[in-house]
Amino acid sequence: MIENRPWLNFFSHVVLILGVAVVALPVYIALIASTRGPNDFYSGVVPLLPGPHTIENYKQVLFAGISTSGAPPIGLMMFNSLVMALSIAIGKIAISIISAFAIVYFRFPFRSLAFWLIFVTLMLPVEVRILPTFKVVSDLGMLNSYAGLSIPLIASATATFLFRQFFLTVPEELMEAARVDGAGPMRFFWDILVPLSRTNMAALFVILFIYGWNQYLWPLMITTDPHYYTVVMAIKRMADVADSIPQWNVVMATVVLALLPPVLVVIAMQRLFVKGLVETEK
Amino acid sequence: MAAISLRDVRKNYGATEVIHGVSLDVTDGEFIVIVGPSGCGKSTLLRMVAGLEPITAGTIEIGGRVVNDLEPRERDIAMVFQNYALYPHMSVYDNMAYGLKIAGLSKQAIRERVDVAATMLELKPYLDRKPRALSGGQRQRVAMGRALVRQPAAFLFDEPLSNLDAKLRVQMRLEIKSMQRKVETTSLYVTHDQVEAMTLADRLVVMNAGNAEQIDTPLNVYRQPATTFVAGFIGSPAMNMMAATVAANGRGLELDSGGSVKPRDTALAETGRKVLLGIRPEHLSLVQELNADLKLAVVAVETLGADTLAHGHLADSRGAGGDLVVRLPGTSPVKPGDVLPLAVEPGMAHLFDRETGKRIEA
Repeated sequence: MIENRPWLNFFSHVVLILGVAVVALPVYIALIASTRGPNDFYSGVVPLLPGPHTIENYKQVLFAGISTSGAPPIGLMMFNSLVMALSIAIGKIAISIISAFAIVYFRFPFRSLAFWLIFVTLMLPVEVRILPTFKVVSDLGMLNSYAGLSIPLIASATATFLFRQFFLTVPEELMEAARVDGAGPMRFFWDILVPLSRTNMAALFVILFIYGWNQYLWPLMITTDPHYYTVVMAIKRMADVADSIPQWNVVMATVVLALLPPVLVVIAMQRLFVKGLVETEK
Repeated sequence: MAAISLRDVRKNYGATEVIHGVSLDVTDGEFIVIVGPSGCGKSTLLRMVAGLEPITAGTIEIGGRVVNDLEPRERDIAMVFQNYALYPHMSVYDNMAYGLKIAGLSKQAIRERVDVAATMLELKPYLDRKPRALSGGQRQRVAMGRALVRQPAAFLFDEPLSNLDAKLRVQMRLEIKSMQRKVETTSLYVTHDQVEAMTLADRLVVMNAGNAEQIDTPLNVYRQPATTFVAGFIGSPAMNMMAATVAANGRGLELDSGGSVKPRDTALAETGRKVLLGIRPEHLSLVQELNADLKLAVVAVETLGADTLAHGHLADSRGAGGDLVVRLPGTSPVKPGDVLPLAVEPGMAHLFDRETGKRIEA
């Protein structure tokens, strides 16, 4: 801004700071709670300063688990979540980039029908088709398995559509130049299209990883074996204990741990992510 | 290096035919320029030779081999595209090496070939750069380098200079020509720019609406245009065309707009035939009133420095159809309102049949 209007500056900063506070305060409280003792949160005053029990709380969560909720140590669940989120993110990208490639670059019968069918599934998220999907997965014997956790969520119309739009902006001459250079379709795909889609893939990866990591309903439906619980489920189970008081310090330690991987992914991919959203590199 | 021959090549999109049977024989090492207005099918023709566009009928041979159903890579050709079509994520070196890598050449051999081409095109300092860090002219060179390293039977150029500014275009034109001379590879070059066409070509193919109107050397195309289309397309400003009828007893031509002309050293057709008389603006010269073939009433004057263009109409024309342009030396003191006595230079009048547009040869 070129004008110097102190009151406007002041006002906009207040709004921004309030906004940050609204978003950041709960995270901060979770962080503080994870460093406190088990009873600090029942005193009526929400503590705002770190307490002395940090190492003890995290140790318990990571290695001992909580007996009351029948939960195994959180380490395994973190791993389960990671496997699920990674399979979903990578699987979605792999499948949708290939189907977008087919739809854009090949002429086959019912091509636009295929595209529209994929497109229509956009309207059917997991929650809508959850019962039939559960039936299929259970009939295939995939309950309580990593495959069951991830495969039903892999098909993605959104990602296919995104890649399709990107491929349509790639100049046709590039494909013709590759043909003249002697590249077959798959060679063109690997050598030209995939490297060009790098930033799009990174952006999608971030979004899809978080989508996979945050899945709650689906893992809840299909896992009964604690060895396949995900960390998001664990938080719910811990906070929802029967006949006793939830151990908020431990629950919050789990929450903080569950927050970390998505944050790490975002930080690691930040540059590519932003590039993928704003810039089309051609 | 190889000869290319097209036999009655046709192309249909659905029911519409866009190329109406083009035949062309290109000898080994020849530089052929295909020129025509936009939409005349010249790019389509080139893409059919490249194999990017299937042909509906006819045959295309490259090096004595019918390539109708072969993929582009099996045709042993290299193509330079209008927007360069460089792979944006690859360095200049990788761009040039990509085709060779696919062909399975050894790293050593690839390095040598790219090195030779890069030296020839003065691209050595840029081999590690990405295309986006290059200027338009440099990108154009990389695109040519990519074609060059393949050592193909033929080069195909699809309007390669139209994205460059005027000065660079002249420079690259000369470079393309000298490069082609050096490697002596058969080349097909598509352009809509007649200057490019005239300067580059060993032979020109002038296309109009899917037909090859004339295939000849640039000078012959200029001197003896086969049809009114060619006559109007090659040469700037365009050739003056006047509707006329051959008069009896060899008295010359009766112009439809009024008056008559008797061009010297021009064989006239039989009496009564309806013709078009074509005279290039540069083949009219200012003469004494007595010797004038035509009189031009000047309406507008364009001063170009070296030349002066006088636009107007025939002084004795009755209404429409007598428009005329004449190119005079830059020093001529002409102004609107003047009436200029003009003579047609001997042998420089062209006669075309009014029905078919075909040139009338004596």
